[in-house]
Parts: sequence; C-alpha cells; structure tokens
Amino acid sequence: MLNEKYTTITAIHDAFDRKELSPVELTRDTLAAAKASKHNAYLTLLEDRAMEAAKRADQILAETGKVPRDRFPLLGIPLAIKDNLVIDGVRTTCASKMLENYIPPYTGTAVDRLEKAGAVFIGKTNMDEFAMGGSNENSAFGPVEHPTHPGYVPGGSSGGSATAVRANLCVAALGSDTGGSIRQPASYCGVVGLKPTYGRVSRYGLVAFASSLDQIGPFAKNVEDAATVLSVMGGHDPLDSTSSSRPLENFVAELKKPLDWKGLRVGIPKEYFIDGVDATVAKTVRAAIAWVEKQGAKLVDISLPNTPYAVSVYYIVAVSEASSNLARFDGVRFGVRPPDAMKVGDIADFYKKVRANFGPEVKRRIILGTFALSSGYYDAYFRKACQVRRLLKNDFDRAFKDCDVILGPIAPSTAFKHGEKAADPLKMYLNDILTIPCNLAGLPGMSLPCGKNEQGLPIGLQVIAPQFRDDLVLRVGHAIEKGYV
Amino acid sequence: MNPEWEVVIGLEIHTQLATKTKIFCGCPAGAPEGKSVADLGPNANTCPVCTGQPGALPVLNRQVVEYAMKAGLALDCEIRRENVFSRKNYFYPDLPKGYQISQFDLPICEKGHVDIEYKFGGKEHTKRIGVTRIHMEEDAGKNLHMDEFSLVNLNRACVPLIEIVSEPDMRSAEEAGAYMRTVHAIVTAIGVTDGNMQEGNFRCDANVSVMPKGSTKFGTRAEIKNVNSFRFVEKAIEFEVDRQIALIQSGGRVVQETRLWDSAKGQTFSMRSKEEAHDYRYFPEPDLIPVHVDEKWLEKVKASMPELPTQKKARYVTEFGLSGYDAGVLTSSSSLAIFFEETLSLLGGAAKGLAKSVSNHVAGEISRLLNEEMIDITAAKLSPRHLAEIVKLQAGNSISSTNAKTVIGLVWKNGGVVEKIIETEGLAQVSDTGALEKAVEGVIAANPGQVAEYRAGKDKLLGFFVGQSMKASGGKANPTLLQEIVKKKLSS
Repeated sequence: MLNEKYTTITAIHDAFDRKELSPVELTRDTLAAAKASKHNAYLTLLEDRAMEAAKRADQILAETGKVPRDRFPLLGIPLAIKDNLVIDGVRTTCASKMLENYIPPYTGTAVDRLEKAGAVFIGKTNMDEFAMGGSNENSAFGPVEHPTHPGYVPGGSSGGSATAVRANLCVAALGSDTGGSIRQPASYCGVVGLKPTYGRVSRYGLVAFASSLDQIGPFAKNVEDAATVLSVMGGHDPLDSTSSSRPLENFVAELKKPLDWKGLRVGIPKEYFIDGVDATVAKTVRAAIAWVEKQGAKLVDISLPNTPYAVSVYYIVAVSEASSNLARFDGVRFGVRPPDAMKVGDIADFYKKVRANFGPEVKRRIILGTFALSSGYYDAYFRKACQVRRLLKNDFDRAFKDCDVILGPIAPSTAFKHGEKAADPLKMYLNDILTIPCNLAGLPGMSLPCGKNEQGLPIGLQVIAPQFRDDLVLRVGHAIEKGYV
Repeated sequence: MNPEWEVVIGLEIHTQLATKTKIFCGCPAGAPEGKSVADLGPNANTCPVCTGQPGALPVLNRQVVEYAMKAGLALDCEIRRENVFSRKNYFYPDLPKGYQISQFDLPICEKGHVDIEYKFGGKEHTKRIGVTRIHMEEDAGKNLHMDEFSLVNLNRACVPLIEIVSEPDMRSAEEAGAYMRTVHAIVTAIGVTDGNMQEGNFRCDANVSVMPKGSTKFGTRAEIKNVNSFRFVEKAIEFEVDRQIALIQSGGRVVQETRLWDSAKGQTFSMRSKEEAHDYRYFPEPDLIPVHVDEKWLEKVKASMPELPTQKKARYVTEFGLSGYDAGVLTSSSSLAIFFEETLSLLGGAAKGLAKSVSNHVAGEISRLLNEEMIDITAAKLSPRHLAEIVKLQAGNSISSTNAKTVIGLVWKNGGVVEKIIETEGLAQVSDTGALEKAVEGVIAANPGQVAEYRAGKDKLLGFFVGQSMKASGGKANPTLLQEIVKKKLSS
C-alpha cells in the first residue's frame, strides 16, 4: 500500500516530482486503508470529496510538472480532520448523538486554508464527545483502538486523529487542544502533536468546548510536517477576534536554521517530576534531557509553584465556558429533537428530552459549569479560578526569565487499557496535570516521541516556549528529533 | 396623584442602533433602502454567526461602539476606556446561542444624566434624571406562534441595541413620559437610531414601586416590560401605581415580578414572578477581547457630535425669541426641528421676523395633527414649502391666522397648492376698504340700540360690532382694518 510507503509531506512531494506517485493513487490507497482499518479512527470518510481533490492535484501536477510548493504546500497530501471542525456540507458530529445529523453551512478558517493549499481530506476523525475526555472512550460512536497496542486507549480527546496519523490512515491530521487533547494522544500514539500559542490559529469553525483554552493544532509524523501544516493554517483571521494579528513566521524555513545549543537555556520544572509520574516515563524523559545537555544546552532548575492548582482551575474555567457553549444544543435549532416533540407537555419537558442526548461526561461538565457560574457561587469558583489562572501564567513569565524553553513529560503515564480509568472521572482529570498549564497560560506546547516503555508503548517529551515562540518549540523539537530520536 | 404615597420609577430604554450591519457579523441590520423589515423574507438577513452555528464566532462592529459612545456623550456619561462584553445565559427559542452577548459589570457608559422639562398642573417643571449606565448588546430573534407550533425568524438576531438604564429618580408617570421623550429626542437627533417606536426600535421597561410619603425605603418593585409608546408608558405606570396602592391598602403585598402592558385593556398583568426569575450566570465573553477606547478615538467621536436638542433649544430661544416651551416642542424630534429650519430657510431674509409665526404653527396645529395621527412629520403631506407660503400670506394679511390653520388642515389632508386652496375655499382675507365699510354700515344700521349705548360711553360694545361685522364678511375680513373702520364709523 502506497500510504505505508510514503508517510511524510516531503517524501510524498519528492515522489510526486519524480512521477513515481500521483495524488490520486495515494488518496485511493489511503481511503482503502482507512476503510479497512478496525481502529474506529474515522467517523465519516469523505471518499468523493477526497477523490475530487486528488484529481485536482493531479491536474495541477500535470500542468506544473513539479509540486508548486509555494502556492500549494499541501498539494495532494491526505489529511484527517477532527470531527469538531466544520466543513461546509459535511456532517460534523463532535462524536455526540446530539449532532448526529448536523450539516454545517460553512467551512472553518483553518480547514479552508488547508484545502486551498491543496490538501486532500480523507475524513472526519473520532474523538471524545465535544472534546471532553482523555481516552477517546467518551465517543457516542464507540472508542478508538490504539494504533499499535490493541486493548489500549489512544488518548484523547483527539484520539482518532492521533491514531489515523500513526496507522498511516492519513499523513497529518488536525486536532484541538483544550487541556492536552492534541499532546496527550500524540504522546500515547507516538506521533508529533503541537498545540500552538492561543490566538495563533483561528478558532472560526471549531465547535467550542472552552473558548478561552481551545486551540487547533496539527498531528504529524515529524516536526517538519507539523511546521508545514501550521504555516498554512496559522495567522490572523478577521473572523476570530482572539486570533493574533502578529505576522506568521514561515516555520519550515525556521527549521532550516541551525540551533545554537550552547546559547539555549532549558528549564526543568520540578513540579513536572512529582510522585504521580510513572518511573519509566520520568527516566525516559530525563534521558532525552540529558542528551540535550550533552549538546551544550544549559539546564536550569525552575519552579512552577502553582502547578498543583492547575487541574482545579481548569475544571472550573473549562466547564463554566462549556456550560454556556453547549447551551445552543437545545433541540430548537441544533440537537436531536425528541420524535414526539410536538406532543411534549411543556418546554421543560422538551428540553429534558433533548438534553438526554448528551453522554455522561458532557452532562457532568455542563452541570459543574452551570454550578460554578451560578449566582452566589461565581465569586468562590469562577472568579477565584480566573485569579489563580493569572498566577499560573505569572509562574511561566517568571520561569521564562531564566530559561528559553521548558522540557518535561506530557502525561504521568503511557497509554492505559480501555476501561481502566473510565469509572473514576477524578483520576482521569488528574491525568491532565502536565498539559493543562500550557492552555491556561496560552503557551505553545508540543509532544515529541522520545522513547518507549517495556511494553513498547510510546512516551512523549513536552517542549514548551513563551507565547508566540511556536518557532522555538518547533526548532528545538526538530533538533531533538534529528539527533536523538 | 395620591398625596399619601410616593411613586418611584426607573426606566430601562432599549434602542436599536441604525448601523448598516449587525453587531457581530456582516449581515444587514435592517431592510434595504425604501423597504420595511416586515418585507424581508424569513431569515433573509442571517449567516453562520447570527444563527449561532456551532463554531462560528462574533466580531464586534466598531460603528456600534461609536454610536454607543455618542449616546453616552449626549447623555453626559463617562466613557469607560476598557469595557467588556459578557454572556447572559438563558434559554429561549429566539436566542440562537442560548446566551445573549451583552455587557454586565463593565459597560461602555456610566454616570450620566438628562434634564427633563414637562408641563404638569398647568405649570412647567424641570428635573435632572440620573443615567446609571448605557451598554451594548445584541437583539434576539422573533418567535411567531402558530396554532400547533412556533416559528423563529432570526433577521433581528444580532441587531445592535443599546440599553439606557436610568436611576430610580422619577416620581410620576409624567416625569417618566418626559424622560422617555427627552431621551428619544436626543438619540434620534444624534442619528444613532431611527427611533421608530412602532417597529420596536425604541422601547422601554419601567420599574415601578410605591412607598408611603416621607419614607426613604423603596417599596417592592414590579417591572413592566416592552412598552413602545410614550403614552402607554404613562398609562401603564398610572395603572401600576393605582394597583400597587390598592393592593397595599387592602392588606396585600406587592411581589417582585415582571408584568406586561395590555394596551387594549389598559392594564398590566403578571408575566412571571421572581421565583421563576432567571439566574443569568453572567461571565466575560471569551470570544471577544475587551473594547479599548483610546483618547484619539474618543476625541474623534466627540468632534463628530451634532448639535444636541438642548443646545438647539437654547439657540432657538436666543436666536428667534421663542418661548422655552415652544423651542422644546420643536426640538423634541430631529425631524420636527429640520422641518422648522427648512421652513425658515425658504423664507429667506424674512425668516427672523417670521420665526415666531412658523413656530406657533409647528408647535401648535402641526404638533396636534402629528400626535393625533401618531406619525412623523416626514410622513406628512404638508411640506416646509407649504408652511412657508402660508406664513408669508398670513404676514401679508392675505389670510387670517384662523384661516391659516384651516389651510394647514386642508393641505394636511389632501396636499395641493396653497394659493389654489385659498382661492377655491374662499379663505382669502378681505382688505378692500369699500367692501368692509359696506358691511360695517349694515351692522350699524341693524343695531340702533347698541349704537346708542356705545355712543353713551359703553366702550365694551366695540367687540360686539367688530364680531358682527366679521360675521357679515364671512370671517374673511382683515381684523385690524375692520376694527379701524368700525371705530371710525361709530364715532362719525
């Protein structure tokens, strides 16, 4: 299968140039692989749309001879899109019964930019319902199987995208990261996953979970591909007031600059190597850090003292925003209406029936969020959480005076077995402690595969940089990938 | 007014801003030129943003901020340099997102005031009413209830509104009516809204409570929602005050609730009580960044402010010698002031001398007709050209002031050319001395007794002769000339 043979953007484009591979051939094989796959990574396959895009790419290639990389940096590249990103006319479910039949009338900005750059969309990927979860077990359409270890979860919430990339069911994929939903599944599946700076990629067209934390980012086989996808979809969007107007770097060109290891100060936060972190994970990550030191980088012990509060803050801020964001799924315009809608007793009864279409985790978070915002509790919960969020951000601002990047683990453990944590939501929430701080502070963070445990389950190294230093995250990650991994 | 009770009223006025596009998306905020919003097809002015599609995001229309600032400056408010949008969460079928984007604890304008003037008990009163705040928000859609189901039209969703909240400073229905009229005059004069009350573009909620005279503790208030006429506000408040006093006097207790005004029955009725009241769970809107108003922007908006009704009124008093009351009527709506000034400009050099006459007609007969038909002057058949003609003819003694009014009435009804109407209706004033002398002589001959009494010193009878002679002329006599002739004939 061609999708097994050609797995990165550069390799594919080189093969296109040499005429040993065509976009239609690659797309056909990728679609076939996706169809045959038992991972449940895709909720919807876009066969017709993908073949049309591939044919267009074939035509462009026929006219230009070689891939016009400047105009079409993603020409003929099979991509997967998380099912909380809208594409005009394509069912977008957010892995929820509530949106089982929702066909959006517009295309989101990031997705639109990818398509205009020549990308071929293979399908919409499975996820935790409304991006709420860390194991992909909260999908209304069944869990996703780990790409290399059957019986294990791929992580979440973007578990379908991570699996699709690792299992070669696409070349790269989009996910969304609200508290680790790109980085954690990337770590569990052994692929690169980047959560850009908040405001770097437009959220227009991303079905909101927690608006002040959500950010779209890429999954890829390597750092360079992640940089290519970010360069295409990032940058200011007049349709998203929270998208930054700072000019966007050409991240691929940035990667070509050699990294000055000797001038690099690397912060190691002591709070990221606490007791809860699995010994093998800690050892593997420390080994990568030791290699970095060997290259000449200066290691700096830093402290992010408010890290222990991150989970509490996150599960107040995120659920509060979610309770409001999900209010529109009320059966009037959006959401599945009860079949006897015209006969229900009153509006409360109607509402109750419609809202029953949410899964248990989504219901739990809506109830928590509604409580945290309600009159009499707002000051004690939401307002307090916002204040502590500020303190967390201050921790990073202080730390970045002494270092340029921060390295540490992504998650306390490797991928776990299906059902292992599903019964204990609190345990599941605590699993996010190392990824949440980036979202609360709006920082760029990346998961880079850096080793495996005894069972061969992948372990991710987290690279964090100051706001809008996505370039630095990518360059450091790229250098480690080239020299160490 | 019940002398034992004090009434406390605060108003929340919702005004639709006359921006081209909606507050958070590029859809038209109203109907195309020359059309009414009623002509629009259902959901014709909608897009992913204003229909609340999952994933769509709001982007603030800067024009809305400028209009809100203008309203704030006109109502002497402080402009908050960093103001914030919040989400007001509640469920209603006409609210696409399940929340309304509004402003909560950090609104754009605060701490303003409005000076009102009104006539009550035959006297003119003035009073300063505090404006607590003005904030920007989006409107909701409109529900259309059929027999077995309801339809939702989102053309109005996301249309920009400002809410002007007063202090509880008003003590009578008259004050509340005057406040609403004054605010209406101001916001329409500065052009931030068309103020169309029939279409609901200017409407208010009235918070009403009563307390025993001399008390400092306000009573429990009821909120009367969505009243869209000055007179209805006054009537609704009067009804509500009587209801609350009667309730307390019969041993009952006023409950905090939302009430609606039924204009057909002339009553307010309960919509929902406080127990069913919403907890709106306000929190800062994460999809929008705080609105930052810098010095440069504020100065630019200040410089673009037109003459305010109060400034215009003062100018009319000093420039044309009008009474404060008349000047107030003329400046109560910008279209009326424009009508007045256009009439004057048509009078050219004679304008200054005739301003009072023009003002008398506009503040008198024309205002009466406008109120009677509840229309705006721009919708009337009478134009400034008509009025200028009438005033000129009146000044030249070609028609009497009474007949001037009659001509206004006739043009009002059917339009037409002033001179022609006067001619066909025979309304011209007779200044022909010969004809008038003949009429006076007839009256004198027919009333020998009164003539004798007059000549014996009963001067009062002069009026009788003038009146009779006027009658004999068919009401067309030039009154000054007629009086002279009567005097002359009686003394000869």
